[in-house]
Amino acid sequence: MRKTIAFISLLVVLSMMLAACGPAATQAPSGTEAATEASGGTGEKVTITIESWRNDDLTIWQDKIIPAFEAKNPNISVVFAPTAPAEYNGVLNTKLEGGTAGDLITCRPFDASLALYQKDYLASLNDLPGLDNFSDVAKSAWITDDGSDVFCVPMASVIHGFFYNKDVFDKYSLKEPATREEFFAVLDTLKENGETPLVMGTADMWESATMGFQNIGPNYWKGEEGRKALLAGTAKFTDAPYIQTWNDLKEWSAYLPDGYEAVKYPDAQSLFTLGKGVIYPTGSWEISQFEKDASFNMGIFPPYVEKAGDTCYISDHTDIAMGMNAATKHPEETRAFLEWMTSQEFAELYSNALPGFFTLSNYNITLDDPLANEFLSWRQTCESTIRNSYQILSRGDQQGGVNLENELWRVSAAVMNGTMEPDQAGKEIQDGLDKWYKPQ
Amino acid sequence: MYERKKFPSHILVFLAPAVIIYTIFMVYPLLNSLRMSFYTVTPDHREVFAGLDNYVNLFTNDIFAPRFWGALKNNFIFFAIHMVVQNSIALMLAALVANEHRRGANFYRTIYFMPTVLSVVIIGFIWNLILNPLWGVSKSILDVVHLGSLYQPWLGLAATALPTVALISVWQFIGIPLVLFYAALIAIPEELMEAATVDGATGWGVFWRIKFPLILPTVGIVSILTFVGNFNAFDLIYTMKGANAGPDYATDIMGTFFYRTFFGQQLQLGDPSMGATVAAMMFLIILTGVLLYMFVWQRRVQTFEM
Repeated sequence: MRKTIAFISLLVVLSMMLAACGPAATQAPSGTEAATEASGGTGEKVTITIESWRNDDLTIWQDKIIPAFEAKNPNISVVFAPTAPAEYNGVLNTKLEGGTAGDLITCRPFDASLALYQKDYLASLNDLPGLDNFSDVAKSAWITDDGSDVFCVPMASVIHGFFYNKDVFDKYSLKEPATREEFFAVLDTLKENGETPLVMGTADMWESATMGFQNIGPNYWKGEEGRKALLAGTAKFTDAPYIQTWNDLKEWSAYLPDGYEAVKYPDAQSLFTLGKGVIYPTGSWEISQFEKDASFNMGIFPPYVEKAGDTCYISDHTDIAMGMNAATKHPEETRAFLEWMTSQEFAELYSNALPGFFTLSNYNITLDDPLANEFLSWRQTCESTIRNSYQILSRGDQQGGVNLENELWRVSAAVMNGTMEPDQAGKEIQDGLDKWYKPQ
Repeated sequence: MYERKKFPSHILVFLAPAVIIYTIFMVYPLLNSLRMSFYTVTPDHREVFAGLDNYVNLFTNDIFAPRFWGALKNNFIFFAIHMVVQNSIALMLAALVANEHRRGANFYRTIYFMPTVLSVVIIGFIWNLILNPLWGVSKSILDVVHLGSLYQPWLGLAATALPTVALISVWQFIGIPLVLFYAALIAIPEELMEAATVDGATGWGVFWRIKFPLILPTVGIVSILTFVGNFNAFDLIYTMKGANAGPDYATDIMGTFFYRTFFGQQLQLGDPSMGATVAAMMFLIILTGVLLYMFVWQRRVQTFEM
């Protein structure tokens, strides 16, 4: 009798534990499996799901992009199922491993997506019609190192530049600076008049690297030429262009708000949109937020060049793409969607719905948003390049080295904080690269 | 003849839930993590036994070593600040609120404990705002008393960031040692103090010669709790400074170092085996501390029956 009771209670305990574990183990299938159920297995209407980190864009996908596709493909219904940006990579990996990920996978640029392709989670898209509407630079972020396989359809890039408060510029009759000299002259005028000339903080570190170093740097290292030279090992971070870039950042710090060392990214954004700072070095992704928050006239100008007449270079960074889950149950429908993403219709829809995220396709499109249009026009006047730390060079941590991107954050912030000299920054970055990167 | 008592098998039933859950969620992950620290993962995703390579890497490789020693040093500073500031202030406050003649003791006891029950995200957010150079109140408060020139962006400067974060953590957790000291202090029988007063002892003398020796065991417990808590700390720094623990790794402690190594950061991919190695070192450090406490402190300290 006693044994039976013991056995039963053990069973109860075990079943309770199983019940507790159960939901956690079966939580993931929001994607394909739910979708198949929805289609009722009749094979008529198919639902495909998009994995994405762009939860900000949920309504844009639901109200504008997906309806446009569904109107043309009545038998396919598309669900946009985003995850929080910071969790996306981890959640996606787990879902792919568990076979519960959606049919369409939004691709991060370079190694994160390359790793997914190498693990056979992403399908090759070499034979997708329409991919020839994209340039090689556009595809470079989603291609194998040898250039043989493309695995994501490029969607959008972001362009770096400077936002400024037009009202304040008019007040002191300033004009958009084009050269280094003009830029610092504008800053001086603003400072003399008691304004905060330049808005930025170094607390989050990435601003110093992304919005500082990668923003103005291409004009010194001559865009793609300099970036490729680093990859080939013929240029070093201790070379003049890089030291000069850090030198500029060091000089910037005199024009930043008080206590910029503890100013975070949202602080800086608010400072600018409240009209308390005049020039904000950042990128096109700010457009919609700034247009909503700022109550003054806003203008933009591209990163300054060293001397008047120099070729200008802009960081036109490949940021987002879309790939196909290799294990999708609806490969045909998924491919149909990807093919539609290579069309001019999608390019216009997307770029207009998300001003500041520019299509990477070769179509000539016009945008409704004037600021976005101006950003886009720089592609005609300047040479495009991408952030130099993203392709291949940030693999150091996998090969007994340091991660270049993280190091750039660290040293650029330290230079702006005045705790590291530009020479030292160049030396530390180059030392980190020398350790593992053979061509260097 | 002595008859051996039958083993009471129902005990197993009652122990089972705890043992099973603890084994699945604590013991197994811990052992597996220790095992992982002796393996590396090859590019084709196979685990290969690596012996002590990961540890040698951690201590000597000029990429991991500066970060590891830096994080360890910062962690000891973090701990020292807690020991000196948190625990001494907590002891002082406990002595004050344990005095039943003092008015409002209950009120203060609640107030001091309040930050402890707040979410760390809220605390990080509040203090980020208070100390914010653009809209924080700390600058205006200093201005009011004409000390505005003393204001610094403390959270952003390499020299002050770690002490600042540590002091915020002190502010948050001071309630715990306070309550422990308080409980120990009110357990001391009144007669002892009365006798001492009759013998002519001052308040100061009573505290240091009677109360403090009697609560020494609690001092030990508080110290070891602080030690374990500080070497496992992560959340406050992650909330306030991010996983990169800037500026220039000035606020990097073992927890953030582990997080970056194991889960990766921005373009840096996670490295499970090196992460497990860092975790194993954290475990080892904490284990050493706890063993020292158990075998050195607990054996020496005198416990009095009251």
